[in-house]
Amino acid sequence: MTNTQIPAVRPRPAMPPAAAVRPSVRDRGARLLAALFLAPTVVGIVVFTAVPIIGSIVLSLFHWNVIDPPRFAGGANYRTTFTDSTVLVSFRNTLLFMVLAVALQLLIALSLALALNGRMPVWLRSAFRSAFFFPLVLSAASISVVMKYLFNQDFGVVNWLIGLVGVAPVPWLTSEHAAMATVILVYVWQQFGFSFLLFIGGLNNIPKEIHEAAALDGATGLRKHLGITLPLLSPTLLVASVVGIINALQVFEQPYVLTDGGPGDATRTVVMVIYERAFEQLDFGEASAVGVLLFVLIMAVTALQFRLSRRFVHYQ
Amino acid sequence: MSQATPTLSRVRHSLTPWARIAALTVCALLTLGPVIWTVATSLRTPAQSFDLPPQIIPTHPTTAAYRGVFQQIDVWLLALNSALVTALIAVGQMITAGLAGYAFARLEFRFKKPLFGLVLATMMVPLQVTIVPVFLVLKSMGLTDTLLGLIIPAFPTAFGTFLMRQYFLGMPKDLGEAAMLDGAGTWRIFRSVYAPLATPGLAIVGVLAFNYHWNEFFRPLILETSSQNYTLPLGLVSLQGNLGTGSISVVLAGVVLSMLPAVAVFAVGQRPLREGITSAGVNR
Repeated sequence: MTNTQIPAVRPRPAMPPAAAVRPSVRDRGARLLAALFLAPTVVGIVVFTAVPIIGSIVLSLFHWNVIDPPRFAGGANYRTTFTDSTVLVSFRNTLLFMVLAVALQLLIALSLALALNGRMPVWLRSAFRSAFFFPLVLSAASISVVMKYLFNQDFGVVNWLIGLVGVAPVPWLTSEHAAMATVILVYVWQQFGFSFLLFIGGLNNIPKEIHEAAALDGATGLRKHLGITLPLLSPTLLVASVVGIINALQVFEQPYVLTDGGPGDATRTVVMVIYERAFEQLDFGEASAVGVLLFVLIMAVTALQFRLSRRFVHYQ
Repeated sequence: MSQATPTLSRVRHSLTPWARIAALTVCALLTLGPVIWTVATSLRTPAQSFDLPPQIIPTHPTTAAYRGVFQQIDVWLLALNSALVTALIAVGQMITAGLAGYAFARLEFRFKKPLFGLVLATMMVPLQVTIVPVFLVLKSMGLTDTLLGLIIPAFPTAFGTFLMRQYFLGMPKDLGEAAMLDGAGTWRIFRSVYAPLATPGLAIVGVLAFNYHWNEFFRPLILETSSQNYTLPLGLVSLQGNLGTGSISVVLAGVVLSMLPAVAVFAVGQRPLREGITSAGVNR
């Protein structure tokens, strides 16, 4: 990860000025070729991302159920989202999910990365690394199918396991708090490997001499990690939390398959509401309004990242 | 970790590795446990699949569940759909990202900066936010409930373009200039000099596209309404819905089958996959 040619991206990659000086021979042929090279990507991005973004904003200002012609709604769809209890609950659920899932994911990933960074045989280290990263290559939907069996209240392996230590069966998927916990656990189980890979990369970038100097000064164990490793790891921590937050705000597969948003609305997330409003109730206007609000939330997090990284992150 | 430690702390250190390795082993088992259970249970009869404690090594392994899943759903059709969608997207992305990445890195044209800015800006736009208009665009093209509707919108890749641009920028300029002196044209320089050097970058784009689209659920769920256009994850979720908790091992057999290609790619392409996942995540 560290010795790849892909440079780690700092906030805004600058255009290299070097490309500006080129001999002006065969200009037309080259320009035609450039247009051909760019066409599939640029046209595709305009049609399937740029226009749809504007489309979302426009649609959010209309009432539209696909069948009748669209009617201008002004801010009505947005007002609805602030009074619609399902939408409000979905935002609350998603934010709660985000905070708990990202915190748990980062904690697990960081602990494992630090533990793996210690002395051990090379084959063992790469075996651990493969194991922790393996869930990332599986389908979130299929894995949720598997987890639905494992967390079943009556015959699930999880309740059997906690029964071994004398804990009573937990209604993992059918009680409000437990259902949210289950969605978080299943999500984190699949996602922590991603933050883990980032931390492994970050730790590899810390020069060995710093650790040696710290050891000479007598810093060991937890004190060394808190005082030296963590500050040096702060850029990675920031990236891991921002990407973790952005991904968590888009959670869909796990609650859709595990609980279908239930019991009640206890695990209904924002993206589930977008899906249901648009493709089950054909309310394209309100679905778009919810989508735009989610987009604003994600943009705000990204903007916060840039601000924070300028102020707090310690770059070497 | 610390070679030059004073003796006292070296003694303390030599005790810790075993505790640390034991803890890591427990975590690795928790991580792989659900996968091991899935494989083990898929090798038992539906009636035995409820047995607790779960048998990790089945005493009487049977392929009944695998025969069962082929009877319940058209596994071949689902796999064919998934393979078609995934392969075409992976190849398509390698082509579009390779070409556009090269243009942004090495060719001169007007509006280069704003166009690249557009590509970078769309990297942050989540699919879920644009899905309603994308659905409408596809509907107007008559592409909803077709595999092409999944494939075509996935051809352009902002991240892949960005990655390939970095790759081409990292290659020495002299190579192209030498070829130019030998009389090679712009296309020739790309095709014979730079493109072959870009293979590792293209591998990352391809492996990443495979991993993402083989497992993709959200878009197929919205776009594909008739079951003959389902991909594997969609087919498995609806199989579980139809069977309920009656035949766990049959559903799990389906899950195992759908995992196999992903595991194969994990085995042979772990390095590009790791690099891709981390850099894609960082640059999203």
